[in-house]
Amino acid sequence: MPKQIITCTINGQSQRLDAHPMSRLLDVLREHGLTGTKEGCGEGECGACSIFFNGRVVNSCLVPALQAEGATMTTIEGIANGEQLHAVQEAFLKYGGAQCGICTPGMIMAAVALLKEKPNPTEADIREGLAGNLCRCTGYMKIFESVMRVFKGKGTDLEETCPHK
Amino acid sequence: MAENAIGQSVVRREGREKVTGQAKYVDDLSFPGMIFGATVRSSVPRGRIRTISFEGTIPWNEFVIVTAKDVPGKNIVALIEHDQPYLADGMVNHPEEAIVLLAHPDKYLLEEARRHVRIEIDPLPAIFTIEDSLAQKEIVWGKDNVQKSFLIETGNMKDAWTNGHVVVEGAYETGAQEQLYIEPQGMIAVANPADGVTVRGSLQCPFYIHKALIELFALPPEKIRVIQTETGGGFGGKEEYPTIIAGHAALLAWKSGRPVKIIYDRAEDMVATTKRHPSRTKIKTAVDKQGKLTAMNIDFVIDGGAYVTLSPVVLSRGTLHSFGPYACPNVKITSKAVATNTPPHGAFRGFGAPQSLFAIERHMDRVARKVGLSPDEFRRRNFLSDGKTMPTGQIVRDGVDLSALLDRALELSHFHDKRRRFARENTTSAIKKGMGLATFMHGAGFTGSGEAYLASIVAIEATKEGIVRVLTSSTEIGQGKNTVFAQIVAETLRIPIDRIEVTMPDTAIVPNSGPTVASRTAMVVGGLVAEAAKNLKELLKKKDIHFPVKVTAQYQQPKDISFDDKTYRGDAYGTYAWAVYVAEVSVDTVTYEAHVDDFVAVQEIGKVLNPTLASGQIEGGVAQAIGMVLYEKVEWKEGRMVNGQMTNYIMPTSVDVPPIRVFFEGVPYRHSPTGAKGIGELPMDGPAPAILNAIEDAIGVSINKIPCLPEDILEAMERSRA
Repeated sequence: MPKQIITCTINGQSQRLDAHPMSRLLDVLREHGLTGTKEGCGEGECGACSIFFNGRVVNSCLVPALQAEGATMTTIEGIANGEQLHAVQEAFLKYGGAQCGICTPGMIMAAVALLKEKPNPTEADIREGLAGNLCRCTGYMKIFESVMRVFKGKGTDLEETCPHK
Repeated sequence: MAENAIGQSVVRREGREKVTGQAKYVDDLSFPGMIFGATVRSSVPRGRIRTISFEGTIPWNEFVIVTAKDVPGKNIVALIEHDQPYLADGMVNHPEEAIVLLAHPDKYLLEEARRHVRIEIDPLPAIFTIEDSLAQKEIVWGKDNVQKSFLIETGNMKDAWTNGHVVVEGAYETGAQEQLYIEPQGMIAVANPADGVTVRGSLQCPFYIHKALIELFALPPEKIRVIQTETGGGFGGKEEYPTIIAGHAALLAWKSGRPVKIIYDRAEDMVATTKRHPSRTKIKTAVDKQGKLTAMNIDFVIDGGAYVTLSPVVLSRGTLHSFGPYACPNVKITSKAVATNTPPHGAFRGFGAPQSLFAIERHMDRVARKVGLSPDEFRRRNFLSDGKTMPTGQIVRDGVDLSALLDRALELSHFHDKRRRFARENTTSAIKKGMGLATFMHGAGFTGSGEAYLASIVAIEATKEGIVRVLTSSTEIGQGKNTVFAQIVAETLRIPIDRIEVTMPDTAIVPNSGPTVASRTAMVVGGLVAEAAKNLKELLKKKDIHFPVKVTAQYQQPKDISFDDKTYRGDAYGTYAWAVYVAEVSVDTVTYEAHVDDFVAVQEIGKVLNPTLASGQIEGGVAQAIGMVLYEKVEWKEGRMVNGQMTNYIMPTSVDVPPIRVFFEGVPYRHSPTGAKGIGELPMDGPAPAILNAIEDAIGVSINKIPCLPEDILEAMERSRA
């Protein structure tokens, strides 16, 4: 089957991507070198492939690639501002939110989205907000702590450190 | 320097790459000319292969096709017994057994082709349960289906049952558990007769694969190279199975002359790779008037599946933990690993101990009830302590005070206050609450003379640029090995941690420091790293040093630790981690759902090297064990997992886990230069019995089987009403 061209914006840059018409957005991102977005289950259960798609967090394994035409996306590669980590990344690093690291990119996307919507989350908000992202290593405790620390230790403007949303 | 030292929560070394998405896992890598591999598997549990045909309108001439005929060396996965082929040759012994390998540059066409390989198999009778295997309903392995057995006997069993003591019998069962690391398994191989075989991938034990590929390709050791890529969770699931995928990818690469990548999708990973061994345990105990155990008779059986793989050592660890942390003068333990026609069960965090400890810890609660003591008081009267002897003849010398751990756990969880309050409130509420506890130990390092046999070696190199490089085959699988090894070297050499590199395992570069299993990495290999660092320090005091310099350290069995593998007597483990866990549970008697509301984990693990990493291990293990008890059920049909999707095999999410409160006591291990003991597997052992003990406290119904989902609670409650 001939490939098709998709025009879209990823991490602030306009892109023309060629894609197998049957492929998933996850495949196309990864084939174009954005391998920080992971595949854990391929059926929308684990959240490892979470990205921002037109401002909302989606499982990129459930999005047909052709739907990305004209879309604006942010992947984990676009979360830090150059060398400067996003506050959520910083917190995951410092408070043990990442162990094996495979769920981490998706988990960070979900956490960034949560804090954007609820800058002062309760523990229940955090649990609910991350329920679509599975982690087999941490038991979630240090992930909750990481997210909690971001909002407690504010002063870092999330909007400012995440330029591409 | 102090901020780098042992005991500090130093930030994860490879953490920045992980939080930015830059860390490279096997599926993130690509090589020029690389093609993709797929596995065609058996559709029946047991039978004889009649024909293999390639059908449909697939351009088969474009495909690389490998069957058992193409194996250059031995078609046997070299591990303990030599009974498992890489590719079935004539016979199949379980569903999903690999028969044909395919490779092609186009992933989509590859998947299409996989569905068009037709394998006709004449079915043979198969067995799927421990009972049928023990009854020899069909002989499917060896002479009697028994892959391994052990017997441990001490004291005199005869009189214990008749002299007025309280005798309690029970039977306990545990089901299979899926690993569910979030990164599915995968390998990339480059192989040809001139250069040999190089495999890269997601794995725990580089030298297991190295040893196996030597046999598969009949090549000398220096022609085989195994390199770990960033690994997205292991838990034991990437201990033995990666050898098969490495072999498969390498066979396709050898035949095609091109790099071959095999990545399992989630469904394939769930149905084909190893799970936790199902088990059943029968226990009979006698207790005297003082509430002391006088006799224990334990019969422990695990389902090994179709091939032996690691079942003998899983059985060994399960057997050596089956008596719990209790002293008893008269003990008989019999154990067996038996064959069935399911995919082989394998290493999974805890390695047999969670199964046998579940049984003894449920049993102890039932006995306490029978003799009219509280669960904590009955245990306390029977605890092992320094100077007391285990059924193996091992004398405890850990300096542990289990009674003090118990006191601390009871206080932190408000065990007795809550138990009284819940008993009152439960009479008028549809939601019944309960408290349960478990006390247990986990042997650290390889069982018996395993460490002496492994004789692990580590190396440390210092360059003229002032970089110190740590060379081991220990893999980082999320547990924090990179960080802890760097801390150990920083502490010993008194240098900043950013001058230390911990090398990614590559069998062409690192010495064999053994596999990353058995809670041995921080304690045993970390101890050797400390020793090598000391050797380097001594060397650097000399004049006329020519850089780079390299020093090594090799494991030597401490003189006061010995074990007889034939009689199973002696020091089964150099040391143990000891723990008391308490679960607070609520059971909704309308929906029959059980939920853990609070969890207290108190443990003695020797010196804590990095508090954030260590508590992360405990929290993760407790959550995984909560999954094993309340959420995760493998549904079997004819030896095949039928719910092989994350949609219908449910692991705990962020809304399911309770607050997991972790507390450490530290009695440094005398034979470890850092004082550390094993920690990784410990948290898998205690939650299951603590939770079921709490469920019995809540609803007054004794459930002795896990997993325990709402339908199981419903059934148990209906049964008790009838």
